[in-house]
Amino acid sequence: MIEMDTGFGDDAAVIRPQGRLTMVSAPQLRSMVVKAVEDHRIRVVVDLSATEFMDSSGLGALIAGLKTTRQAGGDLRIACMGPQVATIIQLANLDRVLRPYPTVAEALQ
Amino acid sequence: MTEQPPSRRWRVRLGLIRVTAVLAAVFGINYLVWRWLDSINWSAAWIAVPLILAETYSLIDTFFFGATMWRLRDRGEPPPPAPDATVDVFITTYNEPVDLVMDTARAAHRIRFPHQTWVLDDGDRSEMRAAAEGEGIGYLTRSTDWADRPRHAKAGNLNNALFVTEGEFLLILDADQVPLPAILDRTLGYFTEPRVAIVQTPQYFVNVEDHDPLGCQSPLFYGPIQQGKDGWNAAFFCGSNAVLRRDALMQLGVVGYVRAVQTAVRDALRAAGSVVAKARTQAREYGPGAVDALDQIDAAVRLARTELRAGEPVAVITLDFQERIDAASRGMVSADLEELKADLAEIEALPIEADRDIGAMVVDEAALDRLADREWSPLGALEEVRALIKAVDVDLDSEAQPIMPVATISVTEDMTTAMRLHALGWRSVYHHEILAHGLAPESLATMLGQRLRWAQGTMQVLLKENPLTKPGLSPGQRIMYFATMWSYLCGFAAIVYIACPVLYLLFTVRPVQSFSGGFMARLIPYLLCTQAMFLAVGYGIKTWRGQQYSLALFPLWIRACVTATGNVFFGRKLGFVVTPKVREERREFPWRLIWPQLTAIVALAGAAIVGLVRLAFGWTAEPGAIWINLAWVVYDLVVLSVIIEAARYQGPPTEERTA
Repeated sequence: MIEMDTGFGDDAAVIRPQGRLTMVSAPQLRSMVVKAVEDHRIRVVVDLSATEFMDSSGLGALIAGLKTTRQAGGDLRIACMGPQVATIIQLANLDRVLRPYPTVAEALQ
Repeated sequence: MTEQPPSRRWRVRLGLIRVTAVLAAVFGINYLVWRWLDSINWSAAWIAVPLILAETYSLIDTFFFGATMWRLRDRGEPPPPAPDATVDVFITTYNEPVDLVMDTARAAHRIRFPHQTWVLDDGDRSEMRAAAEGEGIGYLTRSTDWADRPRHAKAGNLNNALFVTEGEFLLILDADQVPLPAILDRTLGYFTEPRVAIVQTPQYFVNVEDHDPLGCQSPLFYGPIQQGKDGWNAAFFCGSNAVLRRDALMQLGVVGYVRAVQTAVRDALRAAGSVVAKARTQAREYGPGAVDALDQIDAAVRLARTELRAGEPVAVITLDFQERIDAASRGMVSADLEELKADLAEIEALPIEADRDIGAMVVDEAALDRLADREWSPLGALEEVRALIKAVDVDLDSEAQPIMPVATISVTEDMTTAMRLHALGWRSVYHHEILAHGLAPESLATMLGQRLRWAQGTMQVLLKENPLTKPGLSPGQRIMYFATMWSYLCGFAAIVYIACPVLYLLFTVRPVQSFSGGFMARLIPYLLCTQAMFLAVGYGIKTWRGQQYSLALFPLWIRACVTATGNVFFGRKLGFVVTPKVREERREFPWRLIWPQLTAIVALAGAAIVGLVRLAFGWTAEPGAIWINLAWVVYDLVVLSVIIEAARYQGPPTEERTA
């Protein structure tokens, strides 16, 4: 399940994937970012605190979201990742592109 | 994974292969060392040196073949699939007739293991959509993101579909490859081993007659060669009739994305640095505001480059960078407008362009240098820098989708993708069982087009991602991939093997000091052992067509090497065509396609006649040498004769295809 929280200002959205972010749920994450940007919420933070497992399709959805927000003049950031998620991000070298933020508040700054 | 021990018969065969391979290598080295040290006729070096090089090439090819066969692997019965595996079946099409695609799609729909079938129509045809959807089969075409962006041919078609489907595994089928209902039951089980990313099965063609004049069945490749590569964990994806693991492909896509972004941003920042440096030399003319702004941009470029080297995340660097450029531009108001317009026109032509054949975005180094050398007004420079970074930023705006799991650097996306997966530590399986029935080219012209494309693609990969140096591959994998690429160099050797006997019989030009005595004593055991190895490997398989074509298509192999080199290093067009799958009209004899081979045949036959005349009238001091060269000519002619048979071929008798 994936939730969107819009209580952080008019141009921001916090998206919280819960449980497994895999090839099954990745398309949903992508479409949520698209929807946020359509609502002019171009600063998107993906809060990974409740994400227990992520696969390469999940990483792909993050990159697709980064593209969507950047093209709208905004940004996508990731925050609060757990050890499994951190490992998969490092394995794919994605930490050389995206900076992981310790908290949602810092990612929103 | 549990695997049955190989049968006694298999072990005997493998033993024979290994013994003959060792003997061929030993006698080959014995012959070639002598050739190099003690037999080259230096007074005719212009042909003696090419011959010794060609022979060295062939011996190395024999080594590679022996190495491939050394670990021949028989997988036997496949393990059962995990019952909860989810599968998408992709049928790729571009312009094949709707009926043909639907035959395949219906057969795919009937595959027993639960799955979802999709037609991936790159031609975006409404009648294809109607036919597929009418029978409850999924239909996919490119998203609007691909408009005006590089399409990457079949690789792009697959990459597009990857992001709108969600099966754990993907069965890839060409439009004409009709699958059997058991295809998934027989292949998915291998994926219970978590590191397996590819299961490839043979490509088999139903419209090929027994004598196969066009050499379309490749029983040696879809057999001992893939089984041998499998023994080294190097069996590779051949574009169709294979199952892939989505997670492996996606990982490849993400890793490739990170690498592409880092390289592109690094190159763009370097170019930006040159543009700014150039503009600063003239900034004074535009007043102190301009000088100040350029100083700021210069500082921003330097900072970004330092951060990139220090491993800071690229997304952070580029965002900060764009903000600094925006800040700098606010200080610049008095720029000369005319000059700015000229600069902006230049920016339109960014030095990043789509490669015409594979559609990949490439940084045109020469154009980048020209931009950097050009004189820039300060505001022009600023816009240029901004545009440069924008084009390569983390959203990879120049591409339809930032992630391209299926490799796009070559026209043979399949082999490249497999090699990259192997480099990331994934495993592959070759399952030797015919599980789909396809259609082969039915004319010489289409066959030549297909072979040319394979050869060009393989050479592109060799030149762009040399397996000998690519990080992550095991030594065995390096040799297996390199062996495939090496075999495509055979055209150069073939020319020498055709020219030598002609030169001797017509002009008595000797590439070796003597054809008598030591020459035959060393050559014959080597040739016999090589043929024995071929027999042991190819027992019960028709390998002769393949042997013929590796020599008989020499002009095509050479063309592939030349065009691929021109493409990779000089950005020239490859000039290949999509292989048509439909039968053409009755054909004329295609003189133009095979004139080099016909020339060779005429020269060989003429040389043979001259040789016979010389023997008959005793016009020679060395009749033995004449006989040897006559035998050589006969071998060349028998091999080349296949091209005439192929040129006269009118396709198989009209038949209904059996699915």
